Amino acid sequence: MTDAETMEIALTVNGERVSRTVLVRRHLVDFLRIDLGLTGSHLGCEHGVCGACSVRLDGVVVRGCLLLAVQADGCDVVTIEGLDQSGEVADLQQTFVARNALQCGFCTPGMLMTAAELLADPQPKTREEIRTFLSGNYCRCTGYHAIVDAVATTLDERVKRGGGHG
Amino acid sequence: MKAPRFSYVRARSVEQALALLGEHGEEARVLAGGQSLMPTLNMRLSQPKLLIDINRLDALAGISLAGDRVRIGALARHVEVANSTVVAEHLPLIAEAMPHVAHVAVRNRGTFGGSLALADPAAEMPACVLALDATLVLASAAGGRREVAADDYFLGLYETARRPDELLVEALIPVKRTGSVSVFLELARRHGDFALAGVAFQLAIEAGVMTGSRLAYFGSEDRPTLARGAAAAIQGRRLDRDSREAAAFALAGDLKPMSNAQGSTRMRLHLQQVLTRRALALAEARATELAGAA
Repeated sequence: MTDAETMEIALTVNGERVSRTVLVRRHLVDFLRIDLGLTGSHLGCEHGVCGACSVRLDGVVVRGCLLLAVQADGCDVVTIEGLDQSGEVADLQQTFVARNALQCGFCTPGMLMTAAELLADPQPKTREEIRTFLSGNYCRCTGYHAIVDAVATTLDERVKRGGGHG
Repeated sequence: MKAPRFSYVRARSVEQALALLGEHGEEARVLAGGQSLMPTLNMRLSQPKLLIDINRLDALAGISLAGDRVRIGALARHVEVANSTVVAEHLPLIAEAMPHVAHVAVRNRGTFGGSLALADPAAEMPACVLALDATLVLASAAGGRREVAADDYFLGLYETARRPDELLVEALIPVKRTGSVSVFLELARRHGDFALAGVAFQLAIEAGVMTGSRLAYFGSEDRPTLARGAAAAIQGRRLDRDSREAAAFALAGDLKPMSNAQGSTRMRLHLQQVLTRRALALAEARATELAGAA
């Protein structure tokens, strides 16, 4: 074993092809933040509890801190920066502001990444179901009520519009 | 914190993974979903020399019906198990348990086999395969394939019959039989948290009478545990208030819950008894519904 084993990886991040040589022990969020300068994905607990590091891997939301960067080789990664630029959750972002669903904002990228999965296929959900869906994302400021308000409002509007977004 | 240094190999075949496991044994760790291994690496509770990444081994994936058993590949993600129509139809106990497994992002990545290989005493899937009398298939370069009954697989706290050179490749789980009823219940402080107490029951009922039951408990012992005394207390009886009480009473002889910050031995036994009464009442209601529909 070398002191700092590395590996070459090539993946798609927010629609752009990137290639880098990375430490095999570096997790995906450190790779995104340190190697690519994408600091929207936050590191809270770094052991899979808080959800601040949530990113999308090949279409589904995962814990970025529980995945090695080398495991994302060949994969399609979307971070909060990509989600923001695509406009996929523009309605949710506006509702987050309108409903005061963030205070310090640390958890917000992860909340949006997780909520995006719930909103991608808009089906009517109770507040309890929304809470359960978001239960893997911690917020230490809001008490969650406003976040559930924002997601519920956005979901209602999408369901009324008959699915889809934008 | 950051993970310590290790070497990493992305296995290209099951044979390669087995060869590496055979060579490195306890100094290697298998990386499947990583939802428990990665936290222990990031917290430096574990310092393996080599990680063997099995995520690209399609031979270990998938869920299928094979005769009177369902095969769940070790790499089947929790979300796939949760959404599987085969599981919903043939393994309703697992379908009922799945929403309790962690959270969305963890279920998208975590694997069925990983949960069984880790054998966390508070995890749902080990208790389910025990209740369902599943067979676990282990493979090694030296010994080929061998099958281990769930009864003989869970040996203690994070301890299983899997040897260091073996890989858990799949679980074979008997399909639900006509007339049988299953119930899954757990108590956790918050949804998705580890259980304080939990039950996975598989009950065979004929004409309203218990003809056989496997009552698995988790979250309190050092491993998922079958309660034989409680099962004997309801054998040959109807599931009424008396037999429910008899089972809850007998349970005190079956379990000796671990005491920790989450709860004392006494409190956990009490919670398991509460769940026993609730689960048996639910089983009775489900059996009645089945009989009505037949």
